[in-house]
Amino acid sequence: MRYSGLRVIAEALTGHKGWKPVWRDPAPQPSYDHVIVGGGGHGLATAYYLAKEFRQARIAVLEKGYLGGGNVGRNTTIIRSNYLLDGNQPFYEFSLKLWEGLEQDFNYNAMVSQRGIMNLIHTDAQRDAFTRRGNAMILNGADAQMLTRDQVRAIYPFLNFDDARFPIKGALAQRRGGTVRHDAVAWGYARGADQRGVDLIQNCEVTGFRIEGGRIKGVETTRGYIGAGKVGVAVAGSSSRVMAHAGMRLPIESHVLQAFVSEGLKPLIDGVMTFGAGHFYVSQSDKGGLVFGGDIDGYNSYAQRGNLPVIEDVAEGGMALMPMLGRARLLRAWGGIMDMSMDGSPIIDRTHIDGLYFNGGWCYGGFKATPASGWCFAHLLATDQPHKTATAYRFDRFLKGRMIDEKGQGATPNLH
Amino acid sequence: MIINHPLLGPRDAQEFVYLGDARLIHRPDGLAEGAAHAFHDYLYLRDNPAGEHRELWYHEQGDRSWLVVTRNTVTHEISRVELARDVARAEGRSK
Ligand SMILES: Cc1cc2nc3c(=O)[nH]c(=O)nc-3n(C[C@H](O)[C@H](O)[C@H](O)COP(=O)(O)OP(=O)(O)OC[C@H]3O[C@@H](n4cnc5c(N)ncnc54)[C@H](O)[C@@H]3O)c2cc1C
Repeated sequence: MRYSGLRVIAEALTGHKGWKPVWRDPAPQPSYDHVIVGGGGHGLATAYYLAKEFRQARIAVLEKGYLGGGNVGRNTTIIRSNYLLDGNQPFYEFSLKLWEGLEQDFNYNAMVSQRGIMNLIHTDAQRDAFTRRGNAMILNGADAQMLTRDQVRAIYPFLNFDDARFPIKGALAQRRGGTVRHDAVAWGYARGADQRGVDLIQNCEVTGFRIEGGRIKGVETTRGYIGAGKVGVAVAGSSSRVMAHAGMRLPIESHVLQAFVSEGLKPLIDGVMTFGAGHFYVSQSDKGGLVFGGDIDGYNSYAQRGNLPVIEDVAEGGMALMPMLGRARLLRAWGGIMDMSMDGSPIIDRTHIDGLYFNGGWCYGGFKATPASGWCFAHLLATDQPHKTATAYRFDRFLKGRMIDEKGQGATPNLH
Repeated sequence: MIINHPLLGPRDAQEFVYLGDARLIHRPDGLAEGAAHAFHDYLYLRDNPAGEHRELWYHEQGDRSWLVVTRNTVTHEISRVELARDVARAEGRSK
């Protein structure tokens, strides 16, 4: 069923009785050519592009819970391509370009909103660093713009410009950045994949791999054994647990990141704003809630809930930046489990087992990567070659000393 | 989270800095055969279990001691706290 304005009007006149479930609920087949483990944004996008762009068939996505119940439905929805390093920026710019055409491509309203993102500047050194970053972005075909203090003030007059510790001196802006309705991304990819014959199998947890002679044969699941030509794992925060079934230890720790939403307010913040120095970032949802967050809690966790000290820290950062925030009530807070990698950058690579592929290490920034991650993972699965924007995302970069460490923090996942 | 410090009693986890898996106590021998691979595994690879996890916490805003905290990564429950010094000695690390 294609969506269109006409269709909405027709349904409105006939009591909305014609809408059908958006995807099937198939029983698993005995085997598939491609089995994708994980029905989050990345797994669903991988299946979609495998079917659509790479013309593959007999594809299944196995999801332990329900589609989109993981981080793809828990994030703060920010998309951007404002990275510095060569290994990253072309990939994220590819992703942003895919976002720009996504809704037409999968015929689903994902509310892609290029409302712009600005990273605030507080010192001369930071301005130099952001100028360099902006130049790197432009060199890689993205957009970037330096804003003066007065330009920031014209947009957000209510900010605390003269904070004693972090006075606002300007910003690095990317106009093409913004937000996207996160659930709709999962649903749009799921629908698009289903329409192209992909089996989306929910309540199906992968509990082991069948490996013979160094080659993958299939996966053990809570719904029985499923044979597979190739298996692609994209399970975000569960990466270490799933890959342990193949005897692998990963350069990844799982950490919890929290997010917050205030009560609905009148339009206040029309873009995305990051206050890195204060460990705080914020945007406003279309319903009016301020959506904000800060740092990860900082210790290994699979709990999908965080602790109070970080809530306090985020609230302090928010109050330092925009004191009026103290008048708003916090409506909801939740957590998601991040696959924090050792250099803060992801992995899209094959493994030492033939036919077993891995996609993970997205840290707190994998939502914006969803389209490119799916495309590049599908490329790898279909052609056995890395996509040209993802050649650096290899396992062996740690052994070879080719880390992609945007922050220069070293092997400290809780600080990336 | 409250960490029951073996010397100081219950302390707020905020006073501590987190390092990670307590296997980091076992730094490989840099002169041994295959040291480059041993250091790669030591520095970058983690078990990252869901469940019981032994981990290093540093009491930065307290007595500056390193602790080995046994904590459940699914419930955040802390079941055991030891001085890292004692653990390292018991595991044959330092003199
Ligand atoms: C609070 C928060 C805020 C964030 N904000 C942003 C942001 O503003 N911008 C941004 O770019 N990124 C953000 N992120 C990060 C982003 O959400 C993730 O990097 C990204 O969603 C991870 O990829 P995914 O969508 O495939 O993960 P998920 O949606 O978590 O998908 C993984 C799926 O695998 C399934 N699974 C796990 N184990 C198994 C198994 N054994 N068998 C079968 N299935 C299994 C899980 O149930 C899950 O559905 C944020 C994350 C959080 C938690």
